[in-house]
Amino acid sequence: MQYALLAYGHPAAPREAAGPIDSAIAEVLARPYVSGWVRLHSDESATTLRNSEGKTLLTDGPFIDSKEYLVGLIMIEAENLDGALDVAQELQGARTGGAIEVRPVFEGLFRAA
Amino acid sequence: MPLDAVFRDHWGRVLATLTGVLGDIELAEEAAADAFAIAAERWPRDGEPASPVGWLVATARNRAIDQIRRQQVLAAKTKLLARNLEAVPEAAMHDPATAIIPDERLELIFTCCHPALALDARVALTLRTLGGLSTEEIALAFLVPFETMSKRLTRAKHKVRDARIPFAVPPDHRLPDRLGAVLAVVYLIFNEGWGGGRIDLAAEAIRLGRALAGLMPDEAEVLALLALMLMHDARRPARIRNGQLVPLDDQDRSLWNEQHIAEGRQILQAALTREHTGPYVVQAAIAELHMRQPRDWRRIAALYETLARQTGSPVVEMNRAIAIAEIHGPEAGLAILDTLELDHYRYFHSTLADLLRRAGRHGDARRAYQRALDLAQTDPERSFLRHRLTELKARD
Repeated sequence: MQYALLAYGHPAAPREAAGPIDSAIAEVLARPYVSGWVRLHSDESATTLRNSEGKTLLTDGPFIDSKEYLVGLIMIEAENLDGALDVAQELQGARTGGAIEVRPVFEGLFRAA
Repeated sequence: MPLDAVFRDHWGRVLATLTGVLGDIELAEEAAADAFAIAAERWPRDGEPASPVGWLVATARNRAIDQIRRQQVLAAKTKLLARNLEAVPEAAMHDPATAIIPDERLELIFTCCHPALALDARVALTLRTLGGLSTEEIALAFLVPFETMSKRLTRAKHKVRDARIPFAVPPDHRLPDRLGAVLAVVYLIFNEGWGGGRIDLAAEAIRLGRALAGLMPDEAEVLALLALMLMHDARRPARIRNGQLVPLDDQDRSLWNEQHIAEGRQILQAALTREHTGPYVVQAAIAELHMRQPRDWRRIAALYETLARQTGSPVVEMNRAIAIAEIHGPEAGLAILDTLELDHYRYFHSTLADLLRRAGRHGDARRAYQRALDLAQTDPERSFLRHRLTELKARD
């Protein structure tokens, strides 16, 4: 079984200020049971898609709704945002509700379990 | 030619090329600003180069290389960028005076109007990059503090970079949607320009519309938007008299810009011969009909019906109600208005008031004028509505 551990931090830390990972955290991340980790860009760089009357609507920014919570994390390789949006659109189209937030990954590693 | 005009003419081209090379709008903007500053110093002294764009791109490119080399922290990235920089505008370096630089403004405008950016960010970014307006000018035009506009632009540029919003003309399957987004931004800028701000946004929108029409001469909607803006703008000098809004039928037609009207009509004709017509073609056709005298209200009503089907917009239905009132009398128009939920929309109340007045329902008309007056946003509108209210009171 896999677990996704989602860390929330103070928003709007500029990318340039995102220094190296704290050594204690890096130590945990390096353990064999960590199959993958990602460091996300701030929520300001997010794009959200949702269903509306048979169409998918794009909005600028993260998806925030107190009733909803993050249920999964899928990492994909895409050439640019349009490529990523195509995949997200396909996934969201197959769902009955909720939303998918597309966020460019700053840094990370993903290993098969 | 004064440098300001040169600047405005070349800024979009130079910035687009640099964004393509550097892959980052912010870097491109800094390098372009440097190059324009050098031009401002040298051109008056040495004369304008034969290919100003080639010269500006080559100079900006050199500045960018210097800048990147100074930033030792980004050592690995520097190598990559430097390769890019050396590879692409080779022609410009060999002979910047005569080099032909490919026009990449289309790529840039599709980047700036990408739906993953907020609408206000798309508008600001388009005016900054393609229009060459300064952050301060854009802030003035939209009546927001400089700081707010500056943050909005920076944030948008960072999102383009971090999320990798493509610098490309979208492929065919995405083009209709994305082109719609671009045209919506240009038209929004134009409509904002009618508000009477200190920066002439209507003129900016027409400039952008002309550039787009030059770059996509086969797209009916692109041509139609330009025609629509030209014909609307032609009436601008007659729209306000003694600080008061003047309805179209009362406008002094000798003040209309004949050149804009002729050009708008000609471009509309060209649009009508293209495939894939859409809402802008219909709107331009309606604008054209509105300028004829007497007005053909049946054709106007029919076109509003087409437009309402295409857009589902209640504002279009409201305009159809005006045409129907001209054909079948004010009560027929009022029957349509009754079905619309536009209580927040100021022109709904002035339209309602006008039809009620013409139907002889003066009490209801007064209340509607008062509501329109409460919602009015400019002094010429208020002055016109007060005038109508006074007329009604005098009659009772």
